[in-house]
Amino acid sequence: MTPHVLTRSLDRSASIFILVVAGLGVLIPLSNLLLPAGSALQVPTYLVALFGKYACYAILALSIDLIWGYCGILSLGHGAFFALGGYAMGMYLMRQIGSRGVYGNPILPDFMVFLNYPSLPWYWYGFDMFWFAALMVLLVPGLLAFCFGWLAFRSRVTGVYLSIITQAMTYALLLAFFRNDFGFGGNNGLTDFKDILGFNVQADGTRAALFALSCLALILTFLICRAVVTSKLGKVLIAIRDAESRTRFLGYRVESYKLFVFTLSACMAGVAGALYVPQVGIINPSEFAPGNSIEAVIWVAVGGRGTLVGAALGAVVVNYAKTFFTSGPLAPYWLFMLGALFILVTLLLPKGIVGTFSAWRESRKATEKANAESAAREDGVGEPNPAE
Amino acid sequence: MSVMEGRTTSALLYLDGVHVSFDGFHAINNLSLTLEPGEMRAVIGPNGAGKTTMMDIITGKTKPDEGTVLFDGITDLTRLDETRIAELGIGRKFQKPTVFESQTIEDNLLLALNVDHRVKGTLFWRGNKAEAERIGRVLETIRLTDARSRLAGSLSHGQKQWLEIGMLLAQDPKLLLVDEPVAGMTDVETHQTAELLKEINKEKTVMVVEHDMTFVRELGVKVTCLHEGTVLAEGTIDQVSSNERVIEVYLGR
Repeated sequence: MTPHVLTRSLDRSASIFILVVAGLGVLIPLSNLLLPAGSALQVPTYLVALFGKYACYAILALSIDLIWGYCGILSLGHGAFFALGGYAMGMYLMRQIGSRGVYGNPILPDFMVFLNYPSLPWYWYGFDMFWFAALMVLLVPGLLAFCFGWLAFRSRVTGVYLSIITQAMTYALLLAFFRNDFGFGGNNGLTDFKDILGFNVQADGTRAALFALSCLALILTFLICRAVVTSKLGKVLIAIRDAESRTRFLGYRVESYKLFVFTLSACMAGVAGALYVPQVGIINPSEFAPGNSIEAVIWVAVGGRGTLVGAALGAVVVNYAKTFFTSGPLAPYWLFMLGALFILVTLLLPKGIVGTFSAWRESRKATEKANAESAAREDGVGEPNPAE
Repeated sequence: MSVMEGRTTSALLYLDGVHVSFDGFHAINNLSLTLEPGEMRAVIGPNGAGKTTMMDIITGKTKPDEGTVLFDGITDLTRLDETRIAELGIGRKFQKPTVFESQTIEDNLLLALNVDHRVKGTLFWRGNKAEAERIGRVLETIRLTDARSRLAGSLSHGQKQWLEIGMLLAQDPKLLLVDEPVAGMTDVETHQTAELLKEINKEKTVMVVEHDMTFVRELGVKVTCLHEGTVLAEGTIDQVSSNERVIEVYLGR
């Protein structure tokens, strides 16, 4: 894609979003690394990692907004693509441990030695190379989404039925990854990472860099989503969302469009997962839990679907609330709060935070315009409106 | 194989012996009907006569249990899906006006234009003058030029009907299937719609399903009356409306 396509029609909220994310992506690492620890303006390392997590969640939210907000595909299994991207990165990080593991085996990760694996399973080949793992981060979620979508969209599975089978997909993966003989560390998943591209994953510098990279990935994902939704293809997606069979009778192959955007979205979720894993230091099957995927959909609903900026904002706001509430005495009630939040947003703010805000701003603009026009008419200088 | 060997009919649309049943209900029963190129045909009939089901069959939404459906004498429509049939040049206006409500009128027409409809083509699409001119002409025809940048959802019912006809025009099909175009329109709008369809018929073949007999009379074309999924009568409006059976089942005494 040309830069022109990426920067096309950046409206004000999009520009503000990019500036804020870029600003945080630069300032937070600088403050963490350059200011003395304990200074009021210094961002402690644990917060850098936490914000990095939020950035990854924001990417996941964007990927969901692209398919749900614009094409009406409600995936309740997007956490699966996130987790698969995470596992691909986790496998690379496991191979980097080398002989520094507890059992000191230069090839086999600890859990394989423990489970008496005679040799490395074939599907672990290549993950010692970063470029290969990075490719798999995109390819594995993308390929799964392509196959899944090809079957589902061609059979015209839509609406709640599609949501249910995406949920089943992530649950099936959860069960598979829980198994020890599946070859991905079973219940414990992959952890005890040492370094990434030769840098210690625990080091402040690495964490700062990962945070900056996550912000960069967030901006890039946002620009790609924006390029898609502002293109003519974006108009077709909205047409499919609003009147699928009409779109078909106009001669559009609806299933190809859905497949394209679903696969693209899965790749984005994979990238989010891959950036997430080195920052939290672990990936295990619980990432496939259906609840995670539903939670991600709630972020988008809270922020405002079909707005992109809202989806990212929703991810950060809800996760900040989660961090805040789950670390205090209210911790046991977090899920109730999340459920209540979803119900309240659906009832009171069906357009989400950003959607409601922009609707309010537009109506205010319209009122101002109408007032100005009536004032002008009273002055006797109003032009006759040709539309009337 | 969707293309038959050689051409056996001059008709643009040829239906013969078509049957469809849903759970034992015979929606279409031995239906045979032909439309010559350039013709305009009005289809009338009571509710449940199979008018909309017939359009569903022609546009690939419903597959007939048996029978022949040929387009342009050579293409077997029963083997194709909606997208392919639309690409062949059959456009359809729905009974309930269906436009893309959250998009502007201009964008509705842009989406309908018969240009590259593949994913890659639309992703890298850039507007050009020819397309803008075509949209401009359609806007003139359907009298919505001043409203072009308004959202389609804000239009009145009658205007939505017109926008949908405009989308058909932008699609530039050979055959237009128009389901109840004047439902919910004022008398003036109904009259204007009849004029518009006559204008369109100068270049294209049109099939109109309508209940409004004044409107059908105004079109002044051959009329087919369907009943229980089959052709009850066919001819001029006067012939059909004086037919005993038509009066009995549809027009009422």
